[in-house]
Amino acid sequence: MSTVDLEVKPTSSGPRGAANAAPRGHRLGIGDPLFRVLATVCGITVAVAMFGLAGVLIYDSWPAITGLGTKMLTTVAWSPSQGEYGALAALVGTALSTLVAMVIAVPLALVIALLLVELVHPAVSRVVGTAIEMLAAIPSIVYGMVGLFVIVPYVQDHLVPWLLTTPLANVPGIKPGLQFQGGGLSIFTAGVVLAIMVLPFITAVSRDVLKMVPQVTKEAGYGMGSTTWEVMRKISMRYANSGIVGAVFIGLGRALGETMAVAYLIGSVYTDLPRSLFDPGTSIASLIANQFSEATRTLDLSALIELGLILFVITVLFQIAAQAWLRRVQRVTGGRA
Amino acid sequence: MKKSARSWRLMLLVAAVLAVAALAVAVAGCGGSSTTDASGTPAPAISGFTPAPMTADTILGAGASFPAPLYMKWGSDYNGVAGVKLNYQSIGSGGGISAIEAKTVDFGASDAPLEQTELEANGLAQFPMVVGGVVLVVNLDGVADGQLKLTPDVLASIYMGKTTMWNDASITKLNAGVKLPASKINVVHRSDGSGTTWIFTHYLTDAAGSIWTAGADKEIPWPVGIGGKGSEGVATSVQQLSGSIGYVEYAYAKQTGMTTTQLQNKEGAWVKPSIASFTSAAKNADWKASLPSMYMVLVNQPGQATWPITGASFILVQKDQADASRAKTMFTFFDWGYSNGATAATSLDYVPIPASVYDLVEKQVWPTLTVSGTPVWP
Repeated sequence: MSTVDLEVKPTSSGPRGAANAAPRGHRLGIGDPLFRVLATVCGITVAVAMFGLAGVLIYDSWPAITGLGTKMLTTVAWSPSQGEYGALAALVGTALSTLVAMVIAVPLALVIALLLVELVHPAVSRVVGTAIEMLAAIPSIVYGMVGLFVIVPYVQDHLVPWLLTTPLANVPGIKPGLQFQGGGLSIFTAGVVLAIMVLPFITAVSRDVLKMVPQVTKEAGYGMGSTTWEVMRKISMRYANSGIVGAVFIGLGRALGETMAVAYLIGSVYTDLPRSLFDPGTSIASLIANQFSEATRTLDLSALIELGLILFVITVLFQIAAQAWLRRVQRVTGGRA
Repeated sequence: MKKSARSWRLMLLVAAVLAVAALAVAVAGCGGSSTTDASGTPAPAISGFTPAPMTADTILGAGASFPAPLYMKWGSDYNGVAGVKLNYQSIGSGGGISAIEAKTVDFGASDAPLEQTELEANGLAQFPMVVGGVVLVVNLDGVADGQLKLTPDVLASIYMGKTTMWNDASITKLNAGVKLPASKINVVHRSDGSGTTWIFTHYLTDAAGSIWTAGADKEIPWPVGIGGKGSEGVATSVQQLSGSIGYVEYAYAKQTGMTTTQLQNKEGAWVKPSIASFTSAAKNADWKASLPSMYMVLVNQPGQATWPITGASFILVQKDQADASRAKTMFTFFDWGYSNGATAATSLDYVPIPASVYDLVEKQVWPTLTVSGTPVWP
């Protein structure tokens, strides 16, 4: 059954072996062309889906783009019943929650990746690595629920009350704003859960990049009398630098578009800009999720689709940036990325 | 062995070809704004909703999520009685209204009634099918279910963000003997558009209009508070945030064992939420005055025992029914729901429509609905 079996047999089967050694599908003569057509169709399907999506988003959001203009991006409040379609609060909330997620997840992911590659036994590394990759397979609604039942009460009852007794309480960004409701359901909590969600992506890619650092280079470092820390910091990290940035972009793309977990945790305030990380806010994706089911008038729906278009554009831009960066890594490391 | 491997690959290839072909067809089908059937007449594509096959023994409905569990229970019970199936899609009130306007369903369901002008513009009629209550739930240590008392003015002031502490004099004055903490009131509301919000904000506007100035609709620009997605979102948020207050449907509060409050009703009496106090609202409301549209906001109704935040869930149908036998099947089902569905309703914590009200519907509304000029009922 093995491939070895298949390849050995023809040559050992006498005169017919020569005919059988010809490319597979030779008997009909259509194997290769058929596969070529198939692959082309598959490739085109992806492109059609991508551009079709962009086209549909633009087409359906046209009433909002022409009817609302830049008001969508410059006004704060979102309340279709009052004719208000301001997405500024959602844009700010998306940016802030993603920032919190990145600030927590990136250092943590790097430390875990270094640990897996440099410090622990390969067997341990495999087990822990698999566990981290499995984190990526958990549906986001589960993260939302865990956040709601575990992290929200902790932040509300312990973290924020403690924080407000420290001198940090008056620092802008932490000092509670007008919409403050105890901090449990807030941009901060959403960011923390987002961090856990993007952690496996950043860790997995960083680990793979760090693995590519040539053993010889590291040994040279040790040979010069470097400590493990120095080798990690000055050789591994520097060598893998651009690959790690690519990993961060992948995590960023995911954090920007995450919907259900954020919808449950961010507090869904559409009428005011958050003045602090512990204020409730909203994000583009969670605003769409919340408002879609009751959006029946053309403009309501169109405005929500425009939000989708904005998110689409932002995500595509980040993906292009990530791809460009990873291509650079390939060039620098000689095509091994 | 080699042969089996080859045929295996051939099968894979065929499967892949089929998959791609299916995908291509799907893309082509979705790409156009209209499809053409075999006879060459273009059929308009209704985005996002595909009607099931129209057979006379299946009733199609879509709309509000609040009455969905009851309609589904009635549907399965009625299937046992009459062999008629109900296919109800819980897609939200707004979706239900769109679906019945587009005639993709036999009936739509909405928690918020439509005004007469809107009904006329779309050739629709509406009538109440079931009643439900919206209750306030709090998360306060040491406060028992049904213990805390609130007046409409205090409630409006809390939701306006003017009363911010649980030990505010306006609250403690009403609640002698209840230990209220010196902590902030965390206000929770719905983050999605909903009939529950429509009922709650109509109540605040009606009962405390001088304080509540944020309007009444399915979603409003909330002056204060955090949003929970769906009734379950509000319920869990209130359960997770100490010192919080929120509003949910009675069934939710009861089934999750949450701490509800008392309210002062229009007569000045203190009432607790219960099937009896919701029924009182439905009975004391002046339904006759709501004819012919049956536009009825059940909040703040008279009666000593009346719970003030009560609402009816409505059924929307086309005034001109297309098919006599389908119409007959559907209205027979509704009639069965009115007269035989009360036990199922109560068991799911819904309030059945009082007999006096459904009598009015069957005598005053249904006879005005027609199939090519002939009344569908009786």
